[in-house]
Amino acid sequence: MKLTKTLLATTALTVAAGMASADGHMASEMTIVSWGGAYSNSQQQAYHNPYMEKTGVKIINDESSAEAVSKLRAMNEAGNITWDVVDVVAADALRLCDEGLAMEIDADEMLAPAPDGTPASEDFGDLLVGDCFIPQIVYSTTVGYRTDMVGDTPPTSICALFDTEAYPGKRALEKRPINNMEWALLCDGVAKDDVYDVLETAEGQQQALDKLNTIKDDVIWWSAGADTPQLLADGEIVMGSTYNGRLFSVIEEQKQPVGMLWDAQVFDLDGWIIPAGLSDERKARALDYVYFATDTQRLADQSKYISYGPARLSSAPLVGKHAELGIDMAPHMPTDPENAKNTFLYNYEFWADYRDDIDAKFQAWLAQ
Amino acid sequence: MTDSAMTPDEHRRADEAATGPMLAADGRPLKASLNRALRRQKLRAMMLIAPLLIFVLVTFIAPIADMLFRSIENQIVSDTLPRTTTELAEWDANSGDIPPPEVFHALFKDMFIATERKAHTRLGSRLNYELTGVSSLFRKSGRRVDDMGEVYQDQFEDLNGFWKDGENWSAMMGSGSWLSAMGDWNGNKDAAQPIFEARGDIASTLPETTAIYSEFASFVLSEEDNVLTEDPWAVVYAALYDDLANGADVSGLSGNGAAELQEAAAAVAAFETVDFTAAFADVDEDWHSIQVWETIQTYSPNFTSGYFLNAVDMQKSPDGPEMRPENQRLHIMLFGRTMFMSLVITFSCILLGYPVAWILANLPARTANLLMILVLLPFWTSLLVRTSAWKVMLQQQGVVNDTLVWLGIVADDSRLALINNQTGTIIAMTHILLPFMILPLYSVMKTIPPSYLRAAKSLGATNWTAFWRVYFPQSVPGIGAGSILVFILAIGYYITPEIVGGTTGTFISNRIAYHISSSLNWGLAAALGAILLAVVLGLYWAYDKIVGIDNVKLGG
Repeated sequence: MKLTKTLLATTALTVAAGMASADGHMASEMTIVSWGGAYSNSQQQAYHNPYMEKTGVKIINDESSAEAVSKLRAMNEAGNITWDVVDVVAADALRLCDEGLAMEIDADEMLAPAPDGTPASEDFGDLLVGDCFIPQIVYSTTVGYRTDMVGDTPPTSICALFDTEAYPGKRALEKRPINNMEWALLCDGVAKDDVYDVLETAEGQQQALDKLNTIKDDVIWWSAGADTPQLLADGEIVMGSTYNGRLFSVIEEQKQPVGMLWDAQVFDLDGWIIPAGLSDERKARALDYVYFATDTQRLADQSKYISYGPARLSSAPLVGKHAELGIDMAPHMPTDPENAKNTFLYNYEFWADYRDDIDAKFQAWLAQ
Repeated sequence: MTDSAMTPDEHRRADEAATGPMLAADGRPLKASLNRALRRQKLRAMMLIAPLLIFVLVTFIAPIADMLFRSIENQIVSDTLPRTTTELAEWDANSGDIPPPEVFHALFKDMFIATERKAHTRLGSRLNYELTGVSSLFRKSGRRVDDMGEVYQDQFEDLNGFWKDGENWSAMMGSGSWLSAMGDWNGNKDAAQPIFEARGDIASTLPETTAIYSEFASFVLSEEDNVLTEDPWAVVYAALYDDLANGADVSGLSGNGAAELQEAAAAVAAFETVDFTAAFADVDEDWHSIQVWETIQTYSPNFTSGYFLNAVDMQKSPDGPEMRPENQRLHIMLFGRTMFMSLVITFSCILLGYPVAWILANLPARTANLLMILVLLPFWTSLLVRTSAWKVMLQQQGVVNDTLVWLGIVADDSRLALINNQTGTIIAMTHILLPFMILPLYSVMKTIPPSYLRAAKSLGATNWTAFWRVYFPQSVPGIGAGSILVFILAIGYYITPEIVGGTTGTFISNRIAYHISSSLNWGLAAALGAILLAVVLGLYWAYDKIVGIDNVKLGG
């Protein structure tokens, strides 16, 4: 009898709590999805904390960006979308937009203009990829190397990756065709402007794979962004590709004997999308957050915590010093003129089309 | 029946026929009363297991069935391009000609509606799995298709300002009862907007216009906008042109819009028309590529074997299924590797687990319990932690290699490659799955009386004979249970091979995970998963035939 009563009471309490939290969610909570780690921390400091202070909305962090596309699709099929704002790379934003899972964005209407009044669409410029993507940062995939393992002539060109005679040892490359195929062609004598034209053809894809084949036995293939920094720190590899922010943290924060190349760095974008199908109330709040979090000052603030470049032109002059190390962040930005002498902009349209095809060939080649 | 002898059952029946059925105490036939009691018992038993049954059905069977269904499901093509696929059915891909103008005409309508619904890019990414480039073709066409229809819209609007206004359209197209229902509803946010109903005489004179306007109306309704005032899509004007140009007889119509329709009917002959075949080629040359149309035609049916063919490295072609080009074959090799490596892992687990289980079973209880905790300890540690620990242990600058170099067993410049290859996967997975082998072995060995071994020895058997002839056969059920557990778990493993497997140590499940989370090709992932499931069930069946599932013991 007593047990039944306790059970009943517990059930009633749970139900009440559940309803209260459901109500609470509607009123003053929002779930923001991002990548976790240092990156989420920079967003917490630059966006979430000031926003919570300003509006009283409680922000719940979910670190699921790596699986955002498949999870959003599953949520959409289940008819219950629990996320309000999602941080994804531009290629994923394009896929989500194509699948109808992300809301379309009118930049001038929904995003803050620059302080001098320049409309958002001009301030972001070409970085507004697709119809649903709200750019936040520019990051790049580039190559780091062990300064103590490259002798007296540290590499200056991306093609050092393919030069096993001058730089013997293992290299780490990402376990997917993107970036690797471009670098392979570039180092096989294809002009930068022709890379994607060549890569469109079956012969061009074979040429890239043949070039990669020359170093296949020396490559460790990574799939998580933390792999290369760890392999570099352990001395497992002589050089490897990873995101520039990870290299910044290995070099400047952890003081490892690591150097980095900016040559042929591949620019990519990361930013927000708002899931399609939110209720009016949640949509309004998500838009309000995004308006706040992508204004000129906020984007510049983020670069205090992580070495990724703000996506707005108007934010660039406001980039200051690192919040803890006190060093100037501008020279560590991938967009800094000194670093951006030879860059590569990830071609979204191309990879949206060719990703499946080239990936099948790439994986078959890997498995051989 | 030829034999005249009766079975006892027949005897009883014969008795019953003679004397009537045997009765229970309450006067009812005993048989019925017994049946009823049994039925009630069964029902009670069913009710008791019902929660579990429903739970398993809802959370396990149904999602898996739904997922597997995706491996053949392909409604998206005919749902998104209904008119095009119907028109395209008669086109012969081998003729060498691009489809006739009717197909492009239908494509315009389908594409326009799909673009409004934002369904075209979805279809584009679906078809891109089959033919590279379709994704951007659809995305590009979606952006331009709006302009194609405007030619007709502009001409109607220039002809008469009546056509500019959405309210005129709804008044003309809607039935009287719908219009009055809309009047009652009057934009009330809390009430549901009435569903559009077309006017009878308009529907019969202008069938195409009505069909497309109805789609427009249902779309507006789903967007929670007001159908009465919304201006129709450009494609509705194109449909009206089609109806009028096809000689729809509007002279008999009366009521809203009749005069304007009659005016338009007289004018359409002079209208500028759009050549959709050329217009689409103008958007992208690929619309004149036979391959694109062949792909759309091949994938028009609601169900497809395409995903399964892909899962076994084949593809559809006009001449039936054929093998993919050599440089794209991947899955069969991965299936083979998964099986082979799972077998190796199972055997390593037997080799390593058997002695441990033997020691555990033969030690005094107190020591055995302590050792058991050591066996279970890794069990309680997170899988990721254990796998990452192996990474630190096995890498070239790792603990194992450092020790070997320090001992002088391997030279410093030729450290062993123990990770990012098959060796790494086998070592890490053997360790992770070892408890699943040891526990069943232990529980079976616990039940083998030690006196048997002593008896064998006292009868003159050597240690080896006693073990091999007496002890081992009794422990086989444990090996069987452990092997099934380890093998089936290994075959579906994915995190560990992903982290330590490099390129030569990954499994088919890594490919499934890739298609689920990255490429979003769930159909292919489902087909690969279905094959994997079939393989496991097949092996289970074979195991039952060869060893016998009764010989498997999970516990004493």
